[in-house]
Amino acid sequence: MTKPTLAQPTPVLGSRILAVGGSRGSELVPNDDIVGPINSSDEWIQQRTGIRTRARAATGVTIKDLAVDAANDALDKAGLTGSDLDAVLVSTVTHFEQTPSLATIVTDAIGATPAPAYDVSAACAGYCYGIAQADALVRAGTAENVLVIGVEKMSDFIDPTDRTISFLLGDGAGAAVVGRSDTPGIGPTVWGSDGSQSSVIYQTHSWLDYRREELGEPVPETPETAEEVSQMTTPTLRQLGPTVFKWVISSMPNIARRAVDAAGLQLEDIDVFIPHQANMRITDQLLKLIKFREDIVVGRDIADTGNTSAASIPLATERLLREGQAKGGDIALQIGFGAGLAYAAQVVVLP
Amino acid sequence: MAHSEEDILAGLAEIVNDETGLPADAVQKDKSFTDDLDIDSLSMMTIVTLAEEKFEVRIPDEEVKNLNTVGDAVSFIAQAQA
Repeated sequence: MTKPTLAQPTPVLGSRILAVGGSRGSELVPNDDIVGPINSSDEWIQQRTGIRTRARAATGVTIKDLAVDAANDALDKAGLTGSDLDAVLVSTVTHFEQTPSLATIVTDAIGATPAPAYDVSAACAGYCYGIAQADALVRAGTAENVLVIGVEKMSDFIDPTDRTISFLLGDGAGAAVVGRSDTPGIGPTVWGSDGSQSSVIYQTHSWLDYRREELGEPVPETPETAEEVSQMTTPTLRQLGPTVFKWVISSMPNIARRAVDAAGLQLEDIDVFIPHQANMRITDQLLKLIKFREDIVVGRDIADTGNTSAASIPLATERLLREGQAKGGDIALQIGFGAGLAYAAQVVVLP
Repeated sequence: MAHSEEDILAGLAEIVNDETGLPADAVQKDKSFTDDLDIDSLSMMTIVTLAEEKFEVRIPDEEVKNLNTVGDAVSFIAQAQA
């Protein structure tokens, strides 16, 4: 007797982003308010990063609140409700509970239960990782509508005395609804990681070491964390800024070009460039090296919002569309890169 | 083919000019990148990255802090390509 054949949903030809929503921390904190503990100046920060203010959530506003606001904004713009969603993906590194995932909590808050929901941990590449997953789920026929949220409340994770990364960081959420399309609206994702460089953007010490210290248990010291562990403060972020800068400008132009090539396009077909909002100097250098069309529109949300990690690309997209700098149908190249090191780039048609 | 020190200096001057707008003839071996040419750490990384591509050498991040003058960079690149 022959074994029965398993059924699978029928794949669809394409997916596209139906809408992008956003929610920023409501407090725009100027450089002058944070330079004291890092012995810096407004001029230095603007010259090195292009940041004038960073958005930070008001007291009492949680990461869930930011994510729900962005999700509802995206759903409204798509003309959908939570019950239309078949999956919810949340990219974040600042949800401070090991379990349950932030995605399940947000899914319930937006009326999307019982949609499958899970978190993605890819730091500043997280939104592009989420879009890659959503595109695959939709094209495989596994889901019809997928919500991707990039959300961070970096202000819960930073160290005001840190001169390497904290002063860059802001709070916010961006969300995209990905649905079916007769023609592909999301190109192939070119992505990857390099864990051999995991100490380039890093957490000072693990929550497990912190817990052991609190409980008075022996904390295993390693050469990398010995200095931080001996001080034993709450774990926080650090980066080797110039090293990150060099990695991005030496590696990401090629990833960007490969994403354009994978989509079957030429660089001159790209109308809008939306890089992770890491640092304006990085954006400017990428522009110089990739050599787009002269009239390329560029996401520069970092100047006011700061670096919001997984939220930065959808927030920059939301702003370009809201302010009319970009319009529906424009072809955009988005690229995320950060801790891991992890990176991802894809061409998308803007909603 | 290995580049001569004169070629390397000229190539570096071109890269520095492109990154900072400084005239190429201001880029001399005895000039300090930070003190004389006012190049900050991020611009230095750009210059290093472009020099790596141009001269097909690898300049490790931990080496960059030792490149105080233009002459230091020329010597390092000359030796690295050998």
